[in-house]
Amino acid sequence: MRITQGTFSFLPDLTDEQIRAQVEYILQQGWAPSIEFTDDPHPRNTYWELWGLPMFDLKDAAGVLMEVRACRAQYPDHYIKVNAFDSTHGFETLRLSFIVNRPANENGFRLIRQEIDGRALRYTLQSYASDRPSGSRY
Amino acid sequence: MNAQPIDPPAPTTSLARLYAESGMAEVLAQLDAELVGLAPVKTRIGEIASLLIVEKARRNLGLTAGAPSLHMCFTGNPGTGKTTVALRMAEILHRLGYIRKNHLVSVTRDDLVGQYIGHTAPKTKDVLKRAMGGVLFIDEAYYLYRPENERDYGQEAIEILLQIMENQREDLVVILAGYRTRMDTFFQSNPGMASRIAHHIDFPDYGADELLAIAERMTARLDYRLDAGAREALREYIALRLARPHFANARSIRNALDRARLRQAGRLFQAALAAGVDAELSAEQLTTIDAADIRASRLFNERPAEAESAH
Repeated sequence: MRITQGTFSFLPDLTDEQIRAQVEYILQQGWAPSIEFTDDPHPRNTYWELWGLPMFDLKDAAGVLMEVRACRAQYPDHYIKVNAFDSTHGFETLRLSFIVNRPANENGFRLIRQEIDGRALRYTLQSYASDRPSGSRY
Repeated sequence: MNAQPIDPPAPTTSLARLYAESGMAEVLAQLDAELVGLAPVKTRIGEIASLLIVEKARRNLGLTAGAPSLHMCFTGNPGTGKTTVALRMAEILHRLGYIRKNHLVSVTRDDLVGQYIGHTAPKTKDVLKRAMGGVLFIDEAYYLYRPENERDYGQEAIEILLQIMENQREDLVVILAGYRTRMDTFFQSNPGMASRIAHHIDFPDYGADELLAIAERMTARLDYRLDAGAREALREYIALRLARPHFANARSIRNALDRARLRQAGRLFQAALAAGVDAELSAEQLTTIDAADIRASRLFNERPAEAESAH
């Protein structure tokens, strides 16, 4: 099941050229790009691992592309996303975030039904990937 | 049977048109107008410009056009304009479409080399990422390599630099600058670096006339003016100063002019105090540096054998 988190996630995967164009836009807006990766794609897993520090004062997308490629080379079967942080007063938050790498097989989520208080049901999701320990999921 | 298929006319391209489109003539003219002397430097920049335009023409006709390596090394004595030209280089290469962004990141050893194990690589990479798309200018590059300390982290910075210089040539132009002899030593101990730099440009020392022309430009830029006497005095000053040790070309001239401005301010102030509150100064008086301001220099008053440092 294809994960749809962040911007552009209903589109086909972005090519490197498209990623470059998006990062150029990020830099034009004066936002700071950063790269994060994870192998736990649960929608509530907000905090992914940092790939290096956020990149400030960049003028060109080449540096970010270099890091994206380095991260892909190390974690080819992880989810990798590019974030853009806007430090403007009043925003001080992420303005853009999109996935730039995903595992070859995305095995989706299991729906867990928990019976509580008689016949009432509580639902939750669990990624099939998270059955295995972190690092050997994909 | 004699109806031979006619070949479509071979595609052509016009170098003159590409040259005109690039706005290169303008940039070179500006360079020529703003920088005194430096003939070999200007020649080399002209050659690089031609090469880039020819590459563009080749690309237009679908011929192989590998991005040429444009890493450079500027060597020369102090004050010969290495930094000034490097700052210009970003604009020139941007106009020629070789680099994507018109920006230059100027660094020295401190910005590249870390202070403890594991600090250098991220620090160097961070600088490189910031410079990408433009020009990375490393001033006094020989400080990166300290042979006397085998555990120095400079070597690590050099290795990362080399890797990026080789693999991401289209993303980054690296310019090293430094004094001639020390750069030569640096390249001898880092042959990898020497072979990755295609353009070694030597900045010659300025002659007395060029120095005078530089002085005129400096004063004009600061809205000062040398009167005829001051110009003559400055000519003599330059002749005397050239004979002294530690002459730093344009930088020495700038220092001499700064001292002349100081004396001019002192002179105006004395005169104003003597004349009282009613005395008004004209812009003319405020901008003029006269012969006395220059001739008050210690160079004119002492015997040549005296003092090592001239004031």
